[in-house]
Amino acid sequence: MRQRAAIIGVGQTPYRSHQNFTIPELSQQAALQALEMAGMTMDDIDAIVYSMGPSQFLGVNDPDKWCVDSIGGRHKPFMRIHTGGATGASAAQAGFCHVASGLFNTVLVVGADKVRECKDSQQVLNTIWDPFYERRFGLTTITMAAFQAVRHMHLYGTTEEQMALVAVRSWGNALGNPLAHLKGKISVDDVLKSPYFCWPIKKYDTCPSSAGGAAVVIASEEIARKSGRRPAWIKGCSEFANTVFLGDQMGGRAQMDFADSDILAMAAAEAYRQAGIREPAREIRVAEMYAPFTICELSMVEALGFCGKGESGRLNEKGFFNREGRVAVNPSGGTLCTNAIAIAALARICDGALQIMGLAPEGMQVENVRNVVCTGEGGSFQFHAVTILGADH
Amino acid sequence: MDHMETLPGGWSVEYSYAMGLTGVKFFTALKEEAKIIAPKCPKCSLVMLPPRSFCERCFVEADQWVDVGVEGMIQSFTIVPIKFESLPDPPYAVAYVLLDGAGTAMVNFVKNLDLTDIREAARKLAIGNRVRVVFEKERKGTIQDFHYELI
Repeated sequence: MRQRAAIIGVGQTPYRSHQNFTIPELSQQAALQALEMAGMTMDDIDAIVYSMGPSQFLGVNDPDKWCVDSIGGRHKPFMRIHTGGATGASAAQAGFCHVASGLFNTVLVVGADKVRECKDSQQVLNTIWDPFYERRFGLTTITMAAFQAVRHMHLYGTTEEQMALVAVRSWGNALGNPLAHLKGKISVDDVLKSPYFCWPIKKYDTCPSSAGGAAVVIASEEIARKSGRRPAWIKGCSEFANTVFLGDQMGGRAQMDFADSDILAMAAAEAYRQAGIREPAREIRVAEMYAPFTICELSMVEALGFCGKGESGRLNEKGFFNREGRVAVNPSGGTLCTNAIAIAALARICDGALQIMGLAPEGMQVENVRNVVCTGEGGSFQFHAVTILGADH
Repeated sequence: MDHMETLPGGWSVEYSYAMGLTGVKFFTALKEEAKIIAPKCPKCSLVMLPPRSFCERCFVEADQWVDVGVEGMIQSFTIVPIKFESLPDPPYAVAYVLLDGAGTAMVNFVKNLDLTDIREAARKLAIGNRVRVVFEKERKGTIQDFHYELI
C-alpha cells in the first residue's frame, strides 16, 4: 500500500420502489451529495468507479456509458465494476485500490439502480443460471435463500421464528433511517403469517426491489486530514469467490456447506488481518451487511466470527445483534429493507462510514463506534466482500 | 408520490447456446440411453454433476466418464407456491440430489408429490430422504428428460 485511504464523503438518495428520475439523474444526486460532504467539486476528483450490477432490471444495457456525463466522468479515468449483489462493495474496493496504490488521490465511487422498473426481477435473476442444467427449474435468488435455509435448519435446528426475528429487528431499525425503503413495527407473527414465496422463505424474509443512488468519495490520507471532518478510514478490504455450483456445497465431496457463508469467513479473515482485528465481537461495534434474506444474515454473522456456527438464531433472540446489543447488525435496516442491487453493498459502506463519522441520523447512530464491518454478496451467494472502516488506522 | 410519466418498453433476444463437447456427451447419453453419466477427475476421483470438462479442484481435464446411480439422497429443496414471470407454473418442488456414485448434487424437479399442504410436503422432502430418477418416455436431449420422485 503506497498510501492510506479514507471515505470523506457519503451520498445517498431516498430509496423507494419507483423514482421519478433517470439513472444518470439518480447517480448524479448521490454523487453531488458525497462531493458536498467532502467539500469538493467534480473538478477535485481524479477518477471515477461506476457501481453497476446486472443492467436488465433497469432495462438499459451498460448504463455506465449513459452516466459518464452526469457524474463528471467526461475526460477522466472511468471504470465500471460488476459482481452482482456484491457490486457496490467491489466498486468501493476498486476505489480504495486506486487511492492506496498511489495512482490517484481522490476517487468518486457512485452508482444507482431501479430494480422495480422491470416487471419481475426474479425473471431476470433466473437467467444467472446456465441454460443447460439449472435455469429450467424455476431457480431464483429466493430459491437460493430457501436452499440455504433448509440446510441451516437441518444442520443447526434454526427455525422459521428465528429467521422472522431478523426481519422484525431490521424493519424496526429502518424506522431510524429516513432513506430506508421498507420500515415499520412488525411482529414475528406478521412474518410467519406472510405468504410463502419459496418454502421456508416468506414475504417478510425477502428484500424489496428498490430504486436509488449511492456514492462515496475516497481520498488519500493527506487530503482526508484536510477535509475538516472525521474520516472513515478503510482499514481492511477483501473479496473472495466460490464455486458457482450450489450442488457442490451440500453433502458428498462438498468442501464447504451452503448453510455456512465460509467464503465470507475467508474474506473476513483477510480483512480482519489487514485491520488488526482479532476478536470481531469485541472490536467491531456495527455490522452493515448485505443480507437480502433473513437466513443470509443468520449465516453471515456466524461467518464474520461474531458467534459460532449455528448459534446466531439463539443469540439474535437474546438481543445480541440489536442496536444496543454486542454488535449492532444493520442499524440502517440493511438490505432486507432496501435493495437497489447495483449499489446495495455500497449503501452498506455509506451507512457504515456515517457511523464512524458520527453523521448517521439520530435514530440510526450507534454510540462509540470505532470499527464497522460492511459486507457485499453476489452471484450464487458466491462473491463475498468485506470492508473494515475505522475511526483511526 | 409525485406524478410519474413512464415509457413502456422491453427487450427480447433469442439465443442458440453451444453445449460444449461435455454437454453433448451428457445429453446424448440421457436422450439415447436413458442414462446419467458424469465425468470423473483422474486425479481426485471427483464425479461431477452437472458435468464439467475439467476438475475445478485439480485443474486437470476430466475425460473419464462413469454411470451414476438412478437413486440418490436429497441435500436441499424448496417448494414454490407463487407465480413468477416466465417461470414454471406453481406449485413446483425442486431438490438438489446427490445421486449414488456422484460427488456433487444436481438440481431437478420433484414430481408426483402433493404440494397442496406446503408444510406437509416439506416434511416429506427432508434432507437425507431418498429419491429415484424417473426418465421421461419421450426424451429431447434436455435436462428435463428426467425428474426426481420420492421413494
